[in-house]
Amino acid sequence: MGPLDEVFSISDLTTAVKTVLDGSLGPLWVRGEVLQFKAHRSGHWYFTLRDAAAQVRCCMWRTYSQRAGRAPVDGAEVFAQGRPTLYEAKGEFQFVVTRFLPTAGIGDQQRALERVKAALDKDGLFDAARKRPLPRYPSRVAIVTSTDGAALHDIVTVASARWPAAELLVVASRVQGDGAAADLVAALRRVNRLRVELCIVGRGGGGREDLAAFNDEAVCRALAAVRVPTVSAVGHETDITLADLVADVRAPTPSAAAELALPDARAVRRFVGDLGARLAGGLARRTRLAAERLERTGDRLEVALNDGLVRRRHLADRLAAQLDALSPLRVLDRGYAVPRGADGRVLRLLADFPHGSPFSLRVADGDVPAHAD
Amino acid sequence: MTNSPSGKPAPLADELARLEEIVRRLEGEDLDLDTALALFEQGVACLRSARERLAAAEVRVRTVLEDANGTLRLGEIDG
Repeated sequence: MGPLDEVFSISDLTTAVKTVLDGSLGPLWVRGEVLQFKAHRSGHWYFTLRDAAAQVRCCMWRTYSQRAGRAPVDGAEVFAQGRPTLYEAKGEFQFVVTRFLPTAGIGDQQRALERVKAALDKDGLFDAARKRPLPRYPSRVAIVTSTDGAALHDIVTVASARWPAAELLVVASRVQGDGAAADLVAALRRVNRLRVELCIVGRGGGGREDLAAFNDEAVCRALAAVRVPTVSAVGHETDITLADLVADVRAPTPSAAAELALPDARAVRRFVGDLGARLAGGLARRTRLAAERLERTGDRLEVALNDGLVRRRHLADRLAAQLDALSPLRVLDRGYAVPRGADGRVLRLLADFPHGSPFSLRVADGDVPAHAD
Repeated sequence: MTNSPSGKPAPLADELARLEEIVRRLEGEDLDLDTALALFEQGVACLRSARERLAAAEVRVRTVLEDANGTLRLGEIDG
């Protein structure tokens, strides 16, 4: 029998499967955790139900959702009544829910959680003002986690790639199950006896019930009392634990915590390289400025010297002019004459001119012989 | 191998902060040449030390152990 003898269209196939599904399992109850809940405008509800190993897409038509009361929130554990079918347009197996019932145990846990949350909130442990900035270049980091979980491995891997300058001090603690809360409290107190600059506390992903230790009041208070900045890495996408709210920084996973908390060594090396260049540049600029200043000082000296010379030259010229004015030769220029006796003496008074005595008159360009008559 | 958990942490952060401060002073303030040279020398020392620290090839991982008498010790991690 070849493929052409009996070819199903896709529609034929999905219709056939739908018929099998619809007919084989009647209405039944399931128990699971609600995920990705979405109330559509049409009034229909869409969500996923899951347990540790599997999940199924669900819908609740408006007719039923209107009667269901409060919509379930993500993370809520519920009993759901419905029947499986096939959504043909997508070839997707679906569970069509007609009724919800909350699970009692979860209700108790939820109430206890709310009580602890209110107590921590009242004491200001969630205050934004409490949040401390992370150190820029941590050299010693405390890691509070289980030594056999994936969390430690993930943190070490990221730290090796990003910031090998760091030293990681692992403070081992159980992170789930009985005794985990007491272990975590002891480990967080131990962190305060270490010389570290930062503390990462966390665990790998897990089910919702495994997060109990991170919602424990004593653990939250011990975390708040850690003297260095803290990063939580509880590794659960949909749930935020109280420890996440108390930590200075919350990271979704241990790897993300290491990435948030540790700088990238390559960037820091570049930064240090830049600082080195600026250091050299700074010194070069200083020496250049000093040289320029020296040069300017030299220039000023020269200016000062020149100034002195010019001033002196002017003085000399002025003095020369004065000397010139005082020179009798200038007077003679103006038509005066100086009489001198035969001995060269200047004759100033009538008595200096005895009758018939010879004398000479000094005029501008020479001597004129003369007689007193 | 164990040693004290209160061993001196590498002051890389301090070193880089000092280096930044020196560079800022060299670039900004009006300094005499002697001071500038002294700062430069300190800066070079910081730079060398920071580079050495940053040259570390592998992150060091140690476990914190507590004795029966409550003393904390650091041990190398297995595996």
